[in-house]
Amino acid sequence: MSDENANAMEAYRYEDGSISYPGHPLGPDGSEPVETIDLSEYTATVVTWTTSTATPPGVRAPNHLAIVEFDVDGEPVRAIGQLTTDEVESGDEVRPVYVEELRDPEAGIKEPASQDWDGYRFEPV
Amino acid sequence: MERVAIIGASMTQFGQREEWIRELLAEAGIACLEDAGVDPATVEHLYVSNMASGEFEGQGGIMNALAHDLGALPAYTERIDQTSSSGGAGIYAAWRSIASGASDMTLLVGGEKMTHPSTAETTDIIASITHPCEYKHGLTLPSFAGMTARHYLERFDAPRESLGKVAVKNHKNGVDNPHAQFQKEVDLETVLESPIVADPLRLYDFCPITDGSAALMLCPESVAKEYTDDYVVIAGVAGATDTHVVHERPDPTIMGGVVESGQQAYEMSGYGPEDIDVAELHDMFTILEFLQMEGLDFAEQGEAWKHVEEGRTERDADRPINTSGGLKSKGHPLGASGVAQGVEIYEQLVGEAGPRQVDADVGLCCNVGGFGNCVITTIMEAAA
Repeated sequence: MSDENANAMEAYRYEDGSISYPGHPLGPDGSEPVETIDLSEYTATVVTWTTSTATPPGVRAPNHLAIVEFDVDGEPVRAIGQLTTDEVESGDEVRPVYVEELRDPEAGIKEPASQDWDGYRFEPV
Repeated sequence: MERVAIIGASMTQFGQREEWIRELLAEAGIACLEDAGVDPATVEHLYVSNMASGEFEGQGGIMNALAHDLGALPAYTERIDQTSSSGGAGIYAAWRSIASGASDMTLLVGGEKMTHPSTAETTDIIASITHPCEYKHGLTLPSFAGMTARHYLERFDAPRESLGKVAVKNHKNGVDNPHAQFQKEVDLETVLESPIVADPLRLYDFCPITDGSAALMLCPESVAKEYTDDYVVIAGVAGATDTHVVHERPDPTIMGGVVESGQQAYEMSGYGPEDIDVAELHDMFTILEFLQMEGLDFAEQGEAWKHVEEGRTERDADRPINTSGGLKSKGHPLGASGVAQGVEIYEQLVGEAGPRQVDADVGLCCNVGGFGNCVITTIMEAAA
């Protein structure tokens, strides 16, 4: 797997044509990944959303969150992430906006080096 | 294969407790030994259901500690961690130990001590089960519930009040459970006006943070008859797993682990949803009661809310759900909850549920880990 965009929102396409975000070493029924797709180049539709007021250490409060669905050449793929605003409705179109640090890596229970902390918020188009 | 019986049950007071995990487990374990009339030296396998004693209080090796504290040496011990479904997974493990012939007397104790950190810290420990792509966005279990509830209400045109009525019902049931964290009724207005936690869900849509422990004693049916005439048989038990990443599920309102474990448990037991007289469902959030009712075929997809509106899940109705008060009112000490579900169904089937007693010969427990990530469904029947 290689990618030209260092900050890509990387999804995997598998042998069976399905796409997942995040990618997995093996896809549905053990299907091998065959390519990566940068979802940050696409827009998505809000499936559902919430505003969380009881947030863990190092997380903004309130925290607006959504499940969104991308359409990659007719193949649906969903993602989850923070919203830039709570001025949103299910069905709205959003685009990914890069953020260097989504929560404070030092504040939570997880080992900071164990994962990435940058990513994409979704902003209404 | 010989049938597996449950001959004793216990649970501690649920709520905010001063005792630490070792003490809570011992309290339920001793009470269960006494309830079953079993000598500790008779116990051959000892399972402890617990999600996070290391994270919560820095205590490891709790299964070994419990065996020693109960005088149950040299029983084989094992700690079962399957997040919130650790208790159900413990029932499954204990059932396997008897059904396989590896043990003739298995004690299962589930417990969690989790009220001492701040709510934010406890929320973070629980949220650590999420995928890194979820965790970095600050996803919590309540926030998954909020998104799922919004989708359910919008898609099935269900009234917000129907979720509130789940909380009202379960609190009402909890009044008659002396071990419940909240033995207090709440009215619908209080639920609907409580502070927002994960929009559209509010404080009273969520279970509390709880300390507590619960236990069951299992043995072959032939051995059970040596102890008592009033026992329960595990007619069916199965577990299944859904996606770790919650948004990858094709339908946010279907928990695949509930559907799959339910179908397997029905098939193994020979019972169907129409045979279930009483059920304990994992109402960590009110919306989960709807999703499990539908996943277990108690209701068609998108229709569970109508059953609640019509009062069909009340204690005096045709299929009571969460007579114990559920996680909502009884409390949710993670590793204990699945075991406590089993305690309630056991007590209902042997006629020891006191003011909560309903007319039941067959009961079901559905214990959900994560946000539907791992699920155990158990079907029990009263001894013939």
